[in-house]
Amino acid sequence: MNDATAAGPALALPSIEAVEQGLRSVGYIPSRQIATAVYLAHHLQKPMLVEGPAGVGKTELARSVAHWLRLPLIRMQCYEGLDEAKALYEWKYGKQLLYTQILKDKIGSVIGDTDGLGAALNKLHDFGDIFFSENFLEPRPLLRALQQPGGAVLLVDEVDKSDQEFEAFLLEILSDYQVTIPEIGTVAAVTPPIVLLTSNSTRDLGDALKRRCLHLHIGFPDEKLEAQIIDSRVPGIEARLLRQLVSFVQQLRGLDLKKVPSVSETIDWAKVLVLLHASVLEVDLVRDTLNVLLKFEADIEIAGKQLATLTHKAQGDLSRIVGEVEAR
Amino acid sequence: MLSVPARSPSPSTRHVSSSPSSLERSASEPLRRFLQVARGAGLRVSAAEGIDAARAVDVVGFADRAVLKDTLSLVLAKTPDEKHLFDECFELYFKRDEFASPDAVEPPLPEPMAAPDAMVSGDGVGGQGGSALGQMLLNDDRAALAAAMEQAARETGLENIRFFTQKNLYARRILDRMGLRAVEREIEALQSRGTEEAIVRAGRLEARLEMLRDALRDFVERHLVLFARGETEAFREELLKNARLSNLERRDFDRMRVLVRAMAKKLAARYAKTRRRRLRGQLDVRRTLRRNMGWGGVPFVTVWKQKRIEKPRVLVLCDVSGSVAPMAQFLLMFLYAVHEALSDIRSFAFAGSLIEVSDVLEKHDIEAAIDEIMRTIGYGSSNYGNSLADFEDGWGAFVTNKTTIIILGDARGNRTDPRTEIMARLSQRAKRIIWLNPEYRSAWGTGDSDMYRYAAYCNVVTVCSTLRHLERVVTDLLEQAA
Repeated sequence: MNDATAAGPALALPSIEAVEQGLRSVGYIPSRQIATAVYLAHHLQKPMLVEGPAGVGKTELARSVAHWLRLPLIRMQCYEGLDEAKALYEWKYGKQLLYTQILKDKIGSVIGDTDGLGAALNKLHDFGDIFFSENFLEPRPLLRALQQPGGAVLLVDEVDKSDQEFEAFLLEILSDYQVTIPEIGTVAAVTPPIVLLTSNSTRDLGDALKRRCLHLHIGFPDEKLEAQIIDSRVPGIEARLLRQLVSFVQQLRGLDLKKVPSVSETIDWAKVLVLLHASVLEVDLVRDTLNVLLKFEADIEIAGKQLATLTHKAQGDLSRIVGEVEAR
Repeated sequence: MLSVPARSPSPSTRHVSSSPSSLERSASEPLRRFLQVARGAGLRVSAAEGIDAARAVDVVGFADRAVLKDTLSLVLAKTPDEKHLFDECFELYFKRDEFASPDAVEPPLPEPMAAPDAMVSGDGVGGQGGSALGQMLLNDDRAALAAAMEQAARETGLENIRFFTQKNLYARRILDRMGLRAVEREIEALQSRGTEEAIVRAGRLEARLEMLRDALRDFVERHLVLFARGETEAFREELLKNARLSNLERRDFDRMRVLVRAMAKKLAARYAKTRRRRLRGQLDVRRTLRRNMGWGGVPFVTVWKQKRIEKPRVLVLCDVSGSVAPMAQFLLMFLYAVHEALSDIRSFAFAGSLIEVSDVLEKHDIEAAIDEIMRTIGYGSSNYGNSLADFEDGWGAFVTNKTTIIILGDARGNRTDPRTEIMARLSQRAKRIIWLNPEYRSAWGTGDSDMYRYAAYCNVVTVCSTLRHLERVVTDLLEQAA
């Protein structure tokens, strides 16, 4: 482990500004609300529920926090039917069976010198729960997060895809950061992990879970923030092109589309434009690359009708953002 | 009073102490009142969240307004609606500019209420022949006036305000508390003195007093909005949910629609997909052995029993004839919401004959859909036999052993032939038939009601005249396993 985190990550989070600077240093541009949330989540030791449309940087936030604090990122993807076995721990049944088979002779010889079934059973009981020891325990993400000595960042992705039983189970773990395995005992977290839950709002989460967490909503960024994000993620992009493409996407979000382009799509588009050596936005260029931004045919049609106007407006939108981006 | 949170401190280092005295001193009073305000505005803030809010504020402090707002938003507001409510609430509460002069410099902050020495209470008569309030008014000491108003508001219990009719009452009480009597006496005294300077002074006092009265009215109104709105809304919603649908009027339409939609969304979230409930702990021996044939039957992989809960397939028949006309509109509204929520549902409306309305409900928006249905077939004279015959002829083939049929109606057929044999055939083929009757049980079977004739072929027959009944029925319906 690194000496910076030897005493626990508390040292790396002295203030909200420090969090902002730290996240920026690894390439994630947070809004002030995001930085506040991370700061509070750590100091209050509460999990953080992050909601928002797809592609705005929820998973990326977890990754960046882990990268910045140099903690391992443990990721658990939720799906319908996810249960305790897959999430917490499971016994290595195969290994247990294999070992019993292999050690059959040894077991036989150990019991061999006892007479009577009762004595043999007692002898076996004396061995305790050999086959249920830590060697045969397969820890799954939740348990692994608790076991990390220096703390970790636990990302529970798409919690809304799991079912209610799983939520209740998760709640139990998130309250005390400890879990009881009947055969082994209680495993408590040495350093409580920083927990992020993400949700795409496909269904309403249970109240108990929501009340337990800090609730952060990440929406689409405004022009200034988006320009900073793209500048950070696509190095070497020209200022003028950046301005224009951000302006274009912001306008696109105002249309009545089935799926509005989010930040990840903007970043992809910016990369494509840089690859094509574009220096300004042109109508034809936009038309050819529109499918990077919009993923539904219907949306491409709707945008296609207004393409010329949108592009021209984006081209004309000069002085506003340039000041902020260049002054950075 | 907030108490220290019961959780023991965690192993990792925390650079903020959470000793009881620091909590009580720094965060308690303004935060507590804000929580009360938030609850009044409709945010559901539990006790645990209140404690969390106190701890969070302890960590970030009151200094930066934006940070405070973000912090409280993270801890208190847990849905997008709540976030909006919270924003409104925060802006309203932490505004201190009723006396804002154009060159006001400080941002509006809640003053820690631990500085009572600057304030005057009651009808103190200090100074040379002038009242304390009068002094403040003449000097235009806005900060002191604001503080005095707050203090008086607290003392008269302004947070108990509930109805707009109490506005003037509270305004009057607060003014009295601030020392109105003394000022009025002072004005009288000045006017009776008669000198030029005294008259001018009296005039100025009066003018300032008027300004104070206006500001006070605004202040009380803001509090009314903050404290009372949430509760009155909740109360109204309860009323609506429990009201007989036939008693509701057109103007409740919008509010009902919101309620109905919320209900449908909740139901959809739980029941829209096929669910598989795993019964952990019950080994499915047969499947386990089958799965492990490759290893000679040794159970390397375990398979557990699971119950498959299928999506219900529903056909709804809704009576829109004259006898249930007041209720029909709301039933259709409910149908509309359920259509939005469940995918495998088909709806039919009937009076003298029967038509399918699934398309109408799905394509148009709610007002247009209901109007069209009522225009086409509504308010007619009921003929249950004929309607059932239409249904069987047109859509009888869709009734399978997985289908649930729901009939909403009063079973009053105007003495036409009930055609119960059709019901018999349908009940044999369908999984269940549920009849929802808006009349009281005592009215069933009276007059031209064929309820008991039809009841023989139904699995469930209940009274259903309020939104709550509807909700319960639909929930029970969806709970059943395939």
